[in-house]
Amino acid sequence: MRTSNDTQNTTRRFGRMRDFFQEVPLLGWLLGALAAVSAEKFAGLDLAHLVDLPRIPVLFGFENALKKPELIPGTVCYVLLIYLAPALLAGRLLQSPANRLAAFLSGRWPAVSIAFHLALLYAVLHTWSDVNDYRLIVVKITLIAVMLTLSLNVINGYMGEFSCSHPGFMALGAYAGSIFTIVLFTNSSMYGKALLPPAIGPYLYPLALVVGGCVSAVGALAVAIPSFRTRGDYLAIISLAFTFIVKSLIENLEIVGGPRGMRGQPDWSNLPTVFACTVICVGVINNFVRSTYGLALNAVRDNEMAADAMTINTQRTKMIAFLFSAFWAGVAGGLFAHVLRYVNPGTFGLQQLAEVLAMMYFGGLNSVYGSIVGAVSINLLSEMLRPLEIWKWIFIPLLLILVMIFRPTGLIAFREFDPLRLIQSRAKSGS
Amino acid sequence: MTVFLQNLINALQWGSFYALIAIGYSMVYSILMLFNFAHGDIFMTGSYIGFGVATAMIALSAAGMIALPNWLILVLTILFSMVLTSFLGMFIERVGYRPLRDAPRASAAITGLMIGIILETGNLILLGAQRIKFPALVQPVTYDLGGVFVTNQKIMIVVVSLSLALALHQFIRRTKWGMAMRAMAFDYLVVPLMGVPINKIAAMTFALGSGLAAAAGILFGVAYPVLDPYMGIVFGWKAFVAAILGGRGSILGATLAGFILGFIEIFVAMVFPSTLRDFIAYSIILMILVFRPYGLFGEPYSVRLRL
Repeated sequence: MRTSNDTQNTTRRFGRMRDFFQEVPLLGWLLGALAAVSAEKFAGLDLAHLVDLPRIPVLFGFENALKKPELIPGTVCYVLLIYLAPALLAGRLLQSPANRLAAFLSGRWPAVSIAFHLALLYAVLHTWSDVNDYRLIVVKITLIAVMLTLSLNVINGYMGEFSCSHPGFMALGAYAGSIFTIVLFTNSSMYGKALLPPAIGPYLYPLALVVGGCVSAVGALAVAIPSFRTRGDYLAIISLAFTFIVKSLIENLEIVGGPRGMRGQPDWSNLPTVFACTVICVGVINNFVRSTYGLALNAVRDNEMAADAMTINTQRTKMIAFLFSAFWAGVAGGLFAHVLRYVNPGTFGLQQLAEVLAMMYFGGLNSVYGSIVGAVSINLLSEMLRPLEIWKWIFIPLLLILVMIFRPTGLIAFREFDPLRLIQSRAKSGS
Repeated sequence: MTVFLQNLINALQWGSFYALIAIGYSMVYSILMLFNFAHGDIFMTGSYIGFGVATAMIALSAAGMIALPNWLILVLTILFSMVLTSFLGMFIERVGYRPLRDAPRASAAITGLMIGIILETGNLILLGAQRIKFPALVQPVTYDLGGVFVTNQKIMIVVVSLSLALALHQFIRRTKWGMAMRAMAFDYLVVPLMGVPINKIAAMTFALGSGLAAAAGILFGVAYPVLDPYMGIVFGWKAFVAAILGGRGSILGATLAGFILGFIEIFVAMVFPSTLRDFIAYSIILMILVFRPYGLFGEPYSVRLRL
């Protein structure tokens, strides 16, 4: 009796909390997050010393709390005061102006509104990652993982094949992009002097990424053409063989460094570039899967013969999907190579494959939302649990198994991602 | 010619590992229609269990508790480890796969991958990162057959694995349980209506497959006596390739494809620099699959693909 009462109370309290924040639009939350990260930037170190932390907690204090349990109270205080309080307060306080601004902008110029939201998001990420270099790397790798996961979702989620070829696509993009920048713009021991003045390099860097993507797309023909005749498990093997072949080929090409790998990529994958690429990738893929091509993919997945009867050119559809997905995986690979500034063929093996598959199926099939959530959460989780050392590789797989058992299609599957709905005003009617 | 024969014998040995693992893969795959990506790690665990059993028995006989010759210890090790690993396989099926039987097949594949990672990590936590030496149970004796050297280990490995494959084949062809398994591979929706306990059959499939993987693990330990927790990964994926190459649901095909994979790898390494091994081996497999898209012994199937 008493417990049921308690549960009711809790539900009601949470319900009231939710009502209280219900009308805060995305714009408000972004402003709140900006307030939080600014608070950290200006007062973080002082507050950290005040609550007995040696330095600003790197990833929300997880690494402190797991390594030294005596720091947990300080970390909790820090997270509450620096992140939660400013974000909630600013979000709630700015609710009505934010709502009005969101309604105004998305009513007149939706494009401007989206750009404004993206600028705010970038400001949040920039300020947050400004605190130390480790955060910067984590943010960049996470954004790249979003691109990879999303491009994998085009094949595995929307088209319903089980493709294992993503590490191979990524490797092609990474190597092609690296060769482009190293040969043209740097004085390296492997390829001699720079062919073009290095000063114009950063402007042509996007071209390097596109070249990487195109090489990867050409490589994808090796998987796309067999996919006309076979599908399912046999295509899985073909794509797996593709990954092995690419890896082995690179290991045997002395001109790209063989098994030793390739180093000396210029440091051009800065946060704005990675962020811009990710935004473009999410936008383009989201529009692609909502277009008739995307619907054709779903039709091919659900019933290839019926799709054929409905005048869908299945061969063309498969070809487009593979090349498109491989292109973005290649771009992500190029960015990845320039973030780490070192690639070797061992990076693009079974480990990478397991990682990207896990991120995609954890997030959810057939869903742009899901891929973003999956990539971000698995990446952050695996960084945050780093202090657990080897036990991390017990916890994360267990979590994934539980998700698979209770939500077999992933956390957020089959959900449409509509940016315009996301950014609109949340005010109840009348305001 | 002698070089060729020598490599042929090496390839037979190498192929028997692939064949034994691929059979387990292929059985699970044909009967339950799912990828058991944990299979390579079951092979690894079987090898470690064999190490534990063998060490315990050697210690017992050294202490004078039981007096057993080495060959008997080996036989008992293989049998005990097969039984123990079968229980592991059934446990994995119960926990990781049965709840997902009606889910998309890819979800079960992810569970398999994750169970594999847990097995590897659990092993690292239990035994530490150092490599473990498998106790030498068979004193190597080398026979010289006109320039071709054959060790008794190689003969034993090939004979044991072939007879296990044959025994399984007979089991599936001749017994009632085998018939139930074949029926389940044929249509797993109708079979329960005929009164076949599909959960028992599924558990048994996993038990048999894991037992064979354990046998492969111990034979591997005899031939290459250094074990490490990640040795199952590459074997698992290659056996996956062999299982699919053999064709869906064909024990014979999986065995043959395992040997073919072994032959390709050994002979490529003989003719070309060994770094090109994976490249050429997989290119050949790619070609085979382009021309025979349903594997060597498989048939095109129109069952609902539940990916």
